[in-house]
Order: sequence, then C-alpha cells, then structure tokens
Amino acid sequence: MNALDVRELRLRLPGTARPVLDGVDLTVAPGETVALVGESGSGKSLTSRAALGLLPPGAVPTGEVLVDGRDVLTMDAARLRELRTGRAAMVFQDPRAAVNPLRRIGDFLTESVRLTGTMSAADADRRAVELLDAVGLGPELMRRYPGQLSGGMLQRVMIAAALMGDPVLLLADEPTTALDVTSQAEVIALLDRLRERFGTGLLFVTHDLGLAAAISDRVYVMYAGRIVESGPAEALFEGPRHPYTAALLSSTPRLDGPTGRLAAIDGQPPDLRQELTGCAFAARCRYATDLCREEAPALRPAPGRPGQPAACHHPLEGSPADV
Amino acid sequence: MSEAAPRTAVPDTAALEVTGLCRTFGAVRAVDEVSFTLPAGGSLGIVGESGSGKTTTARIVVGLERADAGRVLVKGRARAGGARGRAERLARAREVQMVFQDPYLSLDPRTSVEAALRETLRLHFPGADHQARIKELLDQVGLGTRAAEALPRQLSGGQRQRVAIARALAVQPAVLVLDEAVAALDVSVQAQVLNLLADIRERTGIGYLFITHDLGVVRCVTDEVVVMRHGRIVEAGPTATVLDDPQHAYTRLLLESVPRPGWDPDRIAAARRAL
Amino acid sequence: MSVALARRPGLARVKSARAPLYRICLGLAALVVLAALLAPWLAPDDPNAVDLGNALAGPSADHLLGVDAAGRDTLARLLIGARTSLLGPLGVVVFSTVAGVAVGLLAGWRGGWIDSVLSRSTELVFAFPGMLLAILIVAVHGEGLMAPVVALAIAYLPYVSRLTRSLVLAERMRPYVSAYQVQGHSALQICLRHVLPNIAPIVLAQSTVNFGYALMDLAGLSFLGLGVPALTPDWGRMVFDGQTAIQHGYPLSAILPCVLIVLTVVAFNVVGERWADQVARRTT
Repeated sequence: MNALDVRELRLRLPGTARPVLDGVDLTVAPGETVALVGESGSGKSLTSRAALGLLPPGAVPTGEVLVDGRDVLTMDAARLRELRTGRAAMVFQDPRAAVNPLRRIGDFLTESVRLTGTMSAADADRRAVELLDAVGLGPELMRRYPGQLSGGMLQRVMIAAALMGDPVLLLADEPTTALDVTSQAEVIALLDRLRERFGTGLLFVTHDLGLAAAISDRVYVMYAGRIVESGPAEALFEGPRHPYTAALLSSTPRLDGPTGRLAAIDGQPPDLRQELTGCAFAARCRYATDLCREEAPALRPAPGRPGQPAACHHPLEGSPADV
Repeated sequence: MSEAAPRTAVPDTAALEVTGLCRTFGAVRAVDEVSFTLPAGGSLGIVGESGSGKTTTARIVVGLERADAGRVLVKGRARAGGARGRAERLARAREVQMVFQDPYLSLDPRTSVEAALRETLRLHFPGADHQARIKELLDQVGLGTRAAEALPRQLSGGQRQRVAIARALAVQPAVLVLDEAVAALDVSVQAQVLNLLADIRERTGIGYLFITHDLGVVRCVTDEVVVMRHGRIVEAGPTATVLDDPQHAYTRLLLESVPRPGWDPDRIAAARRAL
Repeated sequence: MSVALARRPGLARVKSARAPLYRICLGLAALVVLAALLAPWLAPDDPNAVDLGNALAGPSADHLLGVDAAGRDTLARLLIGARTSLLGPLGVVVFSTVAGVAVGLLAGWRGGWIDSVLSRSTELVFAFPGMLLAILIVAVHGEGLMAPVVALAIAYLPYVSRLTRSLVLAERMRPYVSAYQVQGHSALQICLRHVLPNIAPIVLAQSTVNFGYALMDLAGLSFLGLGVPALTPDWGRMVFDGQTAIQHGYPLSAILPCVLIVLTVVAFNVVGERWADQVARRTT
C-alpha cells in the first residue's frame, strides 16, 4: 500500500474560472522521497495540504486522496484529527511561524499526543527526548523556548514534532527555504536519515529543481494546477521532456551552467480568473502550435522512456542542450 | 557579465570605495573591518549567510545605518555621518540607491506606480517633464503604461520589483545596491529580472552592489565577489576565480552546499560542524 | 497569508458578511447625527418654553413624548439636546485625535529621549482618572461646555497617542519607509505623505469608539450638574432634571434621554469596531 495515493484530484475555489488543481495524480511509496516542484500558484502546496485534509475555505474537491489506503476527502473531523496526529504529518516552511513562542519545546512536542490521549505524559516525554536525539538535539532542549533556538535547530525540532505520531507520510513544504544554505544540507540529511530509519514516505514540496533532483527518487513538475511531467530525478534533470521543465532548468542560475544571460521564460503563469483551453503553458511555449492551444495534452510516456510521462503534444526528445 | 565589465575599470574613478567599515550591536561585531572597491560600471557581489553582516554593510553604504568606523566613498566623495540639509540629502540619494528584498513591502500600498515615480522625480528634478520620463522608466524595466495606474497590490511580485528598480533608477544613481532583490521571486521571474538588470547595466554603466546568499545568482550577475562570515571578509576576488578555485574552507562549504544531483548532504553537514 | 484577522471570534458571525447589527447601528448613528443637524426645524416646540400648569403630562397630540417637571416638551428637548450631546464628544475626539496623533507620531518616529519623555508624560495622564480631572477643571473654570471638553480631551489623548506610537513603530519597520529615506525624502514628508495615511484608518476607527465613551462621560458630568449651564437642553442634564419626576411616578422624561445615550454609545462603538476589523482584514 502506498503512503500517499492522489487520484484525479480536482479542486475548485469560489470566484475562479478554472480549477486550482486539475486532475492531479501522484503516489508516494513507503520509504520513498518524492519531490513536487512548481512555482508559486502552481498548486504544489495545495496538493500537499490536501493530503492532510487541509483545504482552503469554500474549496470543492473531487477525486481521491488516500493516505495509507484511507480516503482523506471523505473523513469527518474526528478522523481527520486522528490522521493529523498519527499517520500523516507536515513540516512547514517557516519554523518560527509554526510554533507558539510562549510554550516550551517539550510542551510543543508532546502536546498533540497528550491531547488525543494516545500516550501518557511520561511516555510522551520519553518519546520526545528520543526523537530530539534522533534529530541531533539534546534533552535539555525540552525546557527551552523557541526564541532561544536558531532557525536550523528549530526546524529540526519541527521535524521531531512531525515524527511524534509515527507517521507513514511526512509532508515537507519548502522546509529549507527559510534556512541558510549550509543548514539546508543538515536538515535534508536529517530528513533522509529519518525516512530510511522509520520507513516514512516523504513528499518534498519545493520551487528548486536543483534541490529536488539532489534529494528525491522521483520528481513531479506542476504548472497551473496540472502535473506536466514526472519521472526519476536524474532523468528529468538530464533530459526533460516537457518544455516547461526544460525552461525552468535553463532559467535557474546554476554553478555549472553557462554564464551570461539566462534563458528566461517570457510572460506570466495563467491567471486563475481566466479559463484555460488547451495546454496551460502554450502561451509561453516556443514550440506551441494550434493543437496546443485547442486541446489539453494528457500525461503520456515516451516510447523509450516509460517512467517519464509528460503532458505535451510536442515533447522534447533530445538532451537539454538543444532546448 | 564579463563583457560589460572592463569598460571604465580605472581604479581611481571607483564608483564605490569602502574601507575599514566597523559596526557593533551590543557585544556583536556585525561588521568588522570590511573593505572593498566597486569600479564604475562594475558589479560586485557580497555573499554570506544570515548574520554574516552583508545586509548591515549594505545599509551603511546607503546611509540607513551608521558605521562606528571606516569610510564610504562614492566617486571619490565621502559619505559620513548623517546628512545635513535638503541639498546634501538629495545629492546623497543621487549617489546610491537601493532595491529591497521583499517586493510586497517595499512600496507604499496606497501609492500607485506612477505617483511613486512622479514623487521621486519631482523631488529631484523639479520643473522637468515627468510624463515622458515616467514612460521611459517604465519602458526601461519592461512595464507597460497600463501598469502605471496600478496600485502595488494589483501587481505580481516580479512587476513590483520592476517598479522598485524603476524608482531607484529615476534619480540616476552611480551605484545601485540590490539587497537579496531576486530572492523572493519565482525562478522564471527571477531570470527575467536578472536579465533586465544585466541590460540596464550595459546601457547605463551603473554599478551594482549585489547582496545575496545565492551563488548561482552571483555567478550570473557579478564580476567580483566578496565572501563574508561573522562580519568579516573571508575571501574576495574575481567571481570566476573564487567560484572555480575557492581558497577559504568556508567558501568551499558554501559552494558544496548548493544542491545538485549526486549531492551528499551528510558530508556537508559534517564539514559545517568541523568549520 | 490571506487568513483574515478576526479580533473577536465569538462575535465574528454577528458582524460578518451582511452583518445586521452593524447596519442597524450605522443607521442609528446616522439618524442621531441627522436629527441633531436638523433639530431647529424638526423640534415641534420651544425646548425652553415653561408651562408649569401642564407639568408632568403624559404623551398627547400636542406633546408627542410628554413634558417634564417644568412643563417643557420632551421631544423638543431631546432633539435640541442632541446638538450639545454630540458636539461635546466631537470636540473631545477631534482635539484628542489631532494632539494624540502628533504626540504618537513624534514619539514613534524619533524614539530615544523624546519617546521616553512623551511616553512617561502620557502615562502620568493615564494614572489620573479622566472624570476627576474634568471635575477639577470645571471647579476651577466654572460652568460651560468648554472646560469638560478640554479636560476629557486631555484624558483621552494618551489612548490615541499610545495607539499611534505603536502603529508608527510597526510602519517605520516596513522597507518602503527605508526606500523613501534612501530616495532623499525628508522625515516629515515621509510621515505626512505615507506613514500617516497608512495608519489613519485604524486611528479613526479608534476615535469613533472614543466618541461613544466621551458622550457617556460628558453626559455623566452633566448629570452631576457640572458642565452645561442649567437651562441648556442636554441629554445628561435631562436625566438629572428628570430624576425628581421619577420619584413622583413619572419616569418618561428621565428614561428617554437615558435610552438615547445608551443606544448612541452602542451604535458608535459597534460601527467603530467594525471599521477597525475591516481595516485589520484589509492589511493582513
């Protein structure tokens, strides 16, 4: 059974012309690291939050979101609470915004399991100290306040808190964006170690294709609420099939890329108030034809690359050099 | 960009010269003996993590923060102490301008794009024809006249940052300080703005002081780079040299920390603890 | 990022979307203001026309809301009295807002010793009950509307200046203020053209709430016989004049001004709170 199974997820918000999520299919196997890459407004965060049943107000979802085989979208409030304290957990982008500054770290860690009564206070304390040790922090932190910790340390506390309920699925929404480059590595290394040790499925949401390729087994690329391409990290990074993936790669300033001007993508992502016919990327794509503007392409694997489907009428087949 | 750099790189007409800058906050030496030179029309990057003192250095250069010791010279003229009087204040504004990190907070939410530009032009060039200049500035940063009437909340992050750049360029400064100016933007928008900045430098010969944590950005837009850590400069030199052949252990750590396929976070974490 | 800041979650539903409470209160406040403005034309009778023979008569065709112990028409006195009753608090609010914003702006922007001096001196006013201050000033100055208005304005000033100071402190941390400084604008220009308009809605909403409180305080002073001269129609004064009539089993002339005072205060407070909430929602 997969840790997360999203099937044909569609999400409509009031006052918009098109769904914010438009038929998202995504799986995370136990112990697997999957990256979900996209720019702001692509729907990547919405997708990951949907796995916890966290939908924006007024949202009308269709499709299925299965966590450990159970559909989140049909759960009642009590079931959802159980899900969030147990089988699925989330690490947020800004650890400082996600923690009450007036509560001690120990209270923060043990709060959810104590409130739901899954553990006694003594057991919860023991487990919290154990997990602090697992994320490389000492037991003395239990009595400290969030203000006394650095951003990197606090994010490790957040990861420990996420693991308190022994989840099968860990959702990490840009967990390193608010951190320094060098502490980013530390947090990633930690997430990776914990995933291996506890067999947790990890869905890593990020805007950084380089980071996604560096840490994940598989990558999904999202654009305007749709998955446009997915595949093994390495293959996607070396030979993207969707023009958007290719454009995203070439517009990222890299240490090993060419110097000088970047190959920027002109224009803006489509507005939510505007209806889409055809491919969402057509207006910014240099390979776009009339077909692209009229008919939305489905995710299709290429003959020689079955594990790398792309939603494009004119997928790129060569190396990124000729993009 | 390396093609544009050598045009006026004569050392005695440096656009910006900083020597022996120091600033302490309480017991913390935020900036400690920092010196660097930005040639006219050049682009200098200051790289570091949070707490490295890069932002304090930038704020001292533009005059938002005072230095305990050291000198800041723009085109050979000293900027010291607080500005006295209107004339001096305006003259200083025409030397150095700044673009801030957060495009959502660096514009007055109640002032339209055109009003913001007009306000600056009126202050610095009273009596001139502002309408034509506003159109020219908007053109220069790739914004249509339709954006002129918009309020900041009606614009995207990338558009707002273009407005901030246009506003800074309006006074025709010798040096533009960019404090993490592209960090909050999406990758595809970031590329557009970086290209725009490169175009503007080529056309106007303005000097950039680029404050950033992103080595990819540094490689893309600067000729020279200064690496800061705990308020001190640990390494400085031409960007290509520093990035290809880093001498200081901290520079090497920064470079290795940039994620890419085959990246080993465990080793970096160990290297960080060892440093 | 787009989650609205609900300041009073318990009341959120009453005041949300169509918000009947807010609409009723806004209508009521508008009605009172309109009545005060048009009072000389609306008043059915001379409010000071004494008719002792007809004292304490109940509602009739001649006197819709009856007459008081001196035989004066209650409706006419209520309408004309609305003018003094609203003018007083208006004076208090205008003076305390203008002076309070100036003090708060200076303290918040300049900081340092100016901030210390201003903050300490406003705290000193805080420590002194406003009513007591008013009674003191009236005792020295004598009867009249001016003395209690000035006294209450001084008593209300710290509330406004403290709010303004905290708003200015938050606003000047925003990078757009730094951006204007770098552009060479003077501090005064930045304050007046950018900081002030951005904090104004919140300050004005607070002033609306203050209006209600000032109305109540002034009515209280009138009731004590301090403030407005004896013959001037004023709601607080009417309650005072009517209390003897209550003992004679005729409560109407005292209760009506009471009801009006309460309704007006509630109306202004609800409207002010709603405006403050709307501003808070827009800026988050």
